[in-house]
Amino acid sequence: MVVGASVAGLTTAVTLRTLGYDGRLTLIGDEPHTPYNRPPLSKQILAGTWEPDRIKLRTDEELSDLDARLLFGRSATGLDTATRRVTLDGGDSVGYDTLVIATGVTPNSLPGAHHLAGVHLLRTLDDALALRADLRHRPDVRVAVVGAGFLGSEAAAAARRMKLDVTMIDPRPVPMRRQFGDRIAALVGRLHKKNGVSMRCGTGVRRFFESGGRVTGLELTDGTLLGADVVVVAIGSVPAIGWLAGSGLELGNGVECDPTCRAAPGVYAAGDVASWHNDHFGCRMRLEHRLNATEQAQAVARNVLGENRPFAPVPYFWTDQYDAHIQAYGIFPADAELAVLHGELEGGHFVVAYGHAGRVVGVLGWNSPCELRRLRQLVVDRAPWASVAPTPPAVWTGRHLSASIR
Amino acid sequence: MQVTVHQDKCVASGQCVLAAQDVFDQRDEDGVAVLLDERPPTELHDDVRQAAAVCPALAITPAGS
Repeated sequence: MVVGASVAGLTTAVTLRTLGYDGRLTLIGDEPHTPYNRPPLSKQILAGTWEPDRIKLRTDEELSDLDARLLFGRSATGLDTATRRVTLDGGDSVGYDTLVIATGVTPNSLPGAHHLAGVHLLRTLDDALALRADLRHRPDVRVAVVGAGFLGSEAAAAARRMKLDVTMIDPRPVPMRRQFGDRIAALVGRLHKKNGVSMRCGTGVRRFFESGGRVTGLELTDGTLLGADVVVVAIGSVPAIGWLAGSGLELGNGVECDPTCRAAPGVYAAGDVASWHNDHFGCRMRLEHRLNATEQAQAVARNVLGENRPFAPVPYFWTDQYDAHIQAYGIFPADAELAVLHGELEGGHFVVAYGHAGRVVGVLGWNSPCELRRLRQLVVDRAPWASVAPTPPAVWTGRHLSASIR
Repeated sequence: MQVTVHQDKCVASGQCVLAAQDVFDQRDEDGVAVLLDERPPTELHDDVRQAAAVCPALAITPAGS
C-alpha cells in the first residue's frame, strides 16, 4: 500500500509494477485530482501559460493499466503498525503487507491571516488556480509575497510576468540565502530588483489589514505599511506526519528512516516526507526536490522487493526566475566555500563549486546547463576541494575542466 | 522503440543524458534536450525508459518495446 499519490507515491507504484510485482496494490491520495506534476504550479500554471491538463503525471488509461486500487480524495488519519492497518478519513481502515509513506509536506501558514480572502498558500493545483484567479482579478492588483525561498521567488517572478506590482518580504537579508548562501543569494536579490520587484528583506510581517473579510494590506516589523490585494504566503513547509502520531514510527524532521529508506519492518518512506541517512554525504537529509521524489521512490520500490540497497544520491534541483535558469547538484552548507569553475558571477552564465570539509559537495549553475551536468561528476567523486579552489589555475577554465572530466 | 522528446516541456535538467548519453544530448545554448537516436537499439531500451521515468518535466515518451 502506498499513502500519498503525488510524484513519490505514484512512482513507487509504477516502479513496483515495472519490476514485476503483480500482487495487490493500493494507492491513496488526499487530493481529488489524479496525480500531477508540481513544479509548473509556481511557474507556467500560475503565469497562465499552461492549463492543468498539461501537468498530469499519467493519463487515465495509464492509471487504469496500473491495476491498482486508487483511492483519491481520501486522507489517511492513522497507522497501526502492529495490525498493519491504515485508517482513512471516513473511519474505515485498509490492511497492508508493506506500507510506503509518501504524504509529502504541508505549507506553513501565518497566524491570523488565512481567514482573509486574498491570502494564499501555494502547494496544490487548487491553490495555484485560486491564486491565479485572484492575480487576474484586476489589472492593477498589488501583490505581497511573504517568504523569498524557491516558491516565493518563483511566485514573485510569475506575478511580475503578469505585469503586477510585487513586493517580496523576508526576514533574511537576501532571497534564497538558506538554499544558496550569501553570494549567490545576493545575485538572486539583484535579479528580482532588476525585474521590478520591491524587496523588503530583513523584515517580517507584524499584522494584516482587512476590509469586509478581504486583505487590504500589511504592516511590517520595521513599521512599513504596504497596500496589498493579494498575499502569497511561502514560508516553508513541514512534513505531513500528523497522521502517524502514536504509530510507533520514529518521527522527527519527517519519517526517520535508515539508509535504505526503511522506517520500520514493512514500512518505508519516500519523497518530501522521508528523512534518511545519505551515505554519500555522510549525513541525514530530507529533500523537497522534484527529482528526489522520483529517485527515492524508485529506490524504495526496489528495496520493498528485496534489493535492500542504501539510497545515496547526489541531489538535484532547479528554479526558474525571469531569464535565470538556476540548477544545482549536491548539498549547500551555509559555511561552504565557493569557487567559480565556469563563466563569471557577474556575467549571467556561470558554474560555482561549493566546498565543505575539504571536498566538493555541490555545484550550482546559472544559465549553464551543459557545463553544470559535466561538472556534476566532481560531486559524485567527492573531489578534493584543493583541486578546484580557491582560484582555479589559469589553464583550468570551465571548458578545459569540462573536457577533462567528461 | 520510437522515442519522442517534447522540447516545449523540457526544463534542461540533463537527466536524460545522464541516463542514456547515446540517445540524448542537450543544446549548448539553453540545455534543452536533443534526440540523437529516435529508434535506439534494444540494448539501450532500459536506459531510455529510465530517462523517461526520471525526467522531471515528463518530456520523454518511449513508445513500443
